[in-house]
Amino acid sequence: MNINIQHKPELVCPAGTPASLRTAVDSGADTVYCGFQNATNARNFPGLNFTTAELEESIAYAHDHKAHVLVALNTFPPAGQFPLWKDAVDLAYKLGANAIIVADMGVALYAKNKYPDLRLHLSVQAGAPSVEAIKFYCEEFDVKRVVLPRILTIAEIKSLKQEIPCEIECFIFGNHGLMAEGRCSLTNYATGLSTNMDGVCSPANFVSYQVDVNRNLNTELNRFTIDSFSCSQNPGYPTICKGRYTVAHRDDPYYAFEEPLSLNLADLLPELIAAGVNAFKIEGRQRSKAYIQNVVSSWRNAIDTVLEGGTVNMDHLLSLTEGHKQTLGAYETKRWK
Amino acid sequence: MNMLSILAKRLRKNPACKEELLRLLARPIPLPLINYVLNRTIVKIIRNYPSLFNRLSGHHHKTFLIEITNLSFDLILRPDPASPHLNAIRKKAGFYADATISGSFLTLIGMIDGRFDGDALFFTRDLQISGDTEAIVCLRNALDDIDGSVASEAASYFGPIGVQFLTILRKVANEHQYST
Repeated sequence: MNINIQHKPELVCPAGTPASLRTAVDSGADTVYCGFQNATNARNFPGLNFTTAELEESIAYAHDHKAHVLVALNTFPPAGQFPLWKDAVDLAYKLGANAIIVADMGVALYAKNKYPDLRLHLSVQAGAPSVEAIKFYCEEFDVKRVVLPRILTIAEIKSLKQEIPCEIECFIFGNHGLMAEGRCSLTNYATGLSTNMDGVCSPANFVSYQVDVNRNLNTELNRFTIDSFSCSQNPGYPTICKGRYTVAHRDDPYYAFEEPLSLNLADLLPELIAAGVNAFKIEGRQRSKAYIQNVVSSWRNAIDTVLEGGTVNMDHLLSLTEGHKQTLGAYETKRWK
Repeated sequence: MNMLSILAKRLRKNPACKEELLRLLARPIPLPLINYVLNRTIVKIIRNYPSLFNRLSGHHHKTFLIEITNLSFDLILRPDPASPHLNAIRKKAGFYADATISGSFLTLIGMIDGRFDGDALFFTRDLQISGDTEAIVCLRNALDDIDGSVASEAASYFGPIGVQFLTILRKVANEHQYST
């Protein structure tokens, strides 16, 4: 494929700890995204994320290596708790973050009014898939980039790009959880905690695993059985929207919402670049340094190789995918569930 | 040619014997010697990485059983900075732990060496966990925030022999990862 681009696409990589951030930068990330140790981000997992001091040091490390840092403030403040999000915006600006990733309009408005020079990216959590929705965020909050929901085909992304006044960021690899159509409310129903407001999907303190003598694995979330894997099956995350359930119209339990698998768009990379995507995002702030090193360096090489007209083989990344299964999701076809 | 060089040569010629050789290597080492190294290692880690304990989010008093599925002993870890505990024990049924992490020696070495991804190992069933999931997640995140490798810290106590042994283990662990 002959690719004619005006700007080299940016590789945006996850980091859950300072060590992971350094690993991402050293492995070729143009930009790293991370969050504070509280509900202001959608990976509010135990033992993960950054203190103020850690983020300050990490931003300095990234900037010294000519990389950018985005701070994810991509959850929705519940009534009465807005000060936590305002403090997080203040801190991100003070520490020199290159941009913040926001989902909530109140957070976006606060940032725009108080820090007009702070760059805003619209989180995938905001769920803005149409020209009208994206234009609204650009006009009202001066959003500079939109992270697209994973429900669009490449043809739709290409068409969208020509009609909106901001950059486009797309997920290319990692956990394929769509945060759409009320699925995140399942965690709230089962545990009382909200993915969108508390920032935690399937909280670890509610998750339990039982392995029987035959190595069959049972996964539960607050006593709700999510899935049962035979000894020969590969399990996924204990994510309730990726559970296997018994439903009235099926004889056997099946994945009623989504399957436990990962997005891997390696095969579509040339088309995505040609469609005008400005930034490619890797999911996985909860993953290890080993994952970051392997995935980031692989995608760095892939993007550079494709831009030079070469082809890439990313089969080795299958070993890092959820349940050892991967998908092209809606990017390839709307037939995807 | 020293013992480790001979071992490396044997492993290259016959990868199938690697698990057996590792078991044989572990067997003659008396537990007090292993415990001496483990104890020194955790004390050094506490000294060098005090921020690690912040990531444990209050789980530092929990007891972790690390089941090494292909060796004759397991490890007990209590990552309490005030009273750290990392010891090897002979396998026995019914040992109480708040959380249990199970895997082969090479799997666990690969993880603490920062070379294997714990989630990917979980997806393939090479790593199993039970008990207090939040405590395990915190421990994983705390160890993963260490620059370098816990395995290297432990190996350094044996001087050049330890470093060479770890190099062999890394090579074998890599082959093991890609053969499963």
